[in-house]
Amino acid sequence: MARRRSSVALKLFMAVTGLLLVAFLYVHMIGNLKIFFGAETFDHYAHWLRTIGTPLLPEAWYLYIQRAVLTVAVVGHIVAATILARRARLARPVKYAHRPKVQGSYAARTMRWGGVIVLLFVIYHILDLTTLTLNPHGVSGEVYRNVAEDFAPGRWYVTLFYTLSIVAVGFHLRHGLWSAVRTFGLQSPRGELYARATALVLSLVLVVGYLSVPFAVLVGLVD
Amino acid sequence: MDIKVRVWRQTDPDTAGKMVTYGVKDISPDASFLEMLDVLNESLILDGDDPIAFDHDCREGICGACSMVIDGVAHGPEKATTTCQLHMRHFSDGDVIDVEPWRAAAFPVIKDLVVDRSAFDHIIASGGYITAPTGAAPEAHATPVPKADADLAFEAATCIGCGACVAACPNGSAMLFTAAKVAHLGLMPQGQPERDTRVIDMLQAQDDAGFGGCTNMGECSQVCPKGIPLTLIGRLNADYRKAVRKKI
Repeated sequence: MARRRSSVALKLFMAVTGLLLVAFLYVHMIGNLKIFFGAETFDHYAHWLRTIGTPLLPEAWYLYIQRAVLTVAVVGHIVAATILARRARLARPVKYAHRPKVQGSYAARTMRWGGVIVLLFVIYHILDLTTLTLNPHGVSGEVYRNVAEDFAPGRWYVTLFYTLSIVAVGFHLRHGLWSAVRTFGLQSPRGELYARATALVLSLVLVVGYLSVPFAVLVGLVD
Repeated sequence: MDIKVRVWRQTDPDTAGKMVTYGVKDISPDASFLEMLDVLNESLILDGDDPIAFDHDCREGICGACSMVIDGVAHGPEKATTTCQLHMRHFSDGDVIDVEPWRAAAFPVIKDLVVDRSAFDHIIASGGYITAPTGAAPEAHATPVPKADADLAFEAATCIGCGACVAACPNGSAMLFTAAKVAHLGLMPQGQPERDTRVIDMLQAQDDAGFGGCTNMGECSQVCPKGIPLTLIGRLNADYRKAVRKKI
């Protein structure tokens, strides 16, 4: 059989890109929470993002550099996952006639399809709130209004999809985060316990942080 | 007790197989699972049928030859137990028990429940050894080994290479096996000279054999008849990362 790229090297790559993306998710979440300080603060923060790195860099360059890095991370993460998923499928060509449910956690079992859902959401999310193509308000610079109109009660299906996607992110990270630490070489049983607990807490904080925005719009806290 | 077994029958590697149901009557609850298959095979032979082929050797749980997936679980429902040490008292009268071979591309079926596990031999041959002059056994205290390392190395060394980890893994991965071997030798002073090449070469042999990658589900450790801990995979990952860094 042909020499294959090391599965552990692929997993290490997924762990590094994954952690980079989680770091971004945290920064993004903190930015989102500024919506609770009112329209002016939120819009000002959004504008400030375009000025990071100036005057060393021309306006918005930092943003494009970050977008490029994140895109490379997302694409790389998916490519490595696809290679590994394909290998896993090829590794068992004949299925078991009798196969009880795998004992691994729900989060572990849904990593692959959960990842696909998250990808679809990210595409929608960019079209919605970055390019504003699908946004009901869609005025560049009026970030607060864009978000408030987006999650208006009449557009419950958007909020529903957003909620499901964020929960999918939560599950993905609950297994992904501790799994990444294991890939880096975590080997003590107590370390595993800590890593699992930390992954759960970090995932929960993200889910609550992200969901607080659309639900605040829904109940009228943000309008 | 009277039971039924649905067994995978396949005459040779190139012929498609199928599940076939057989009735087994008056089986003692104290018979082992393999003895139950022996009884069934005797009746098949008397009827002029082909007996069910299955791997077995020591029948005392230490050789790793017996390999069957019983009701979807490698080595059957008992924890930390090989099929030969599984007794019929863990089943109930009237049960229909499904028996299948290990399912993995790297473990092709030779006949019925017998699979070719040479892929494991290839992994071992690629690095599962130490290079040392043979001859008279060295004095036991010549090379001190910390107790904790010796204990963990021994725990890893209890792997009997049966392949249940592969059979159970949703990805058909051999990581627990390879990790056990890498840890077992890598923890001992005698294993240090080849520690870096070992982990790289054994992992390469594992990947090349057509096994899948690890997703930390933990199925392998659950079915392992020797209870090899999942944490050893973290050890392999760490060894691999360090070895590759040194190489670069």
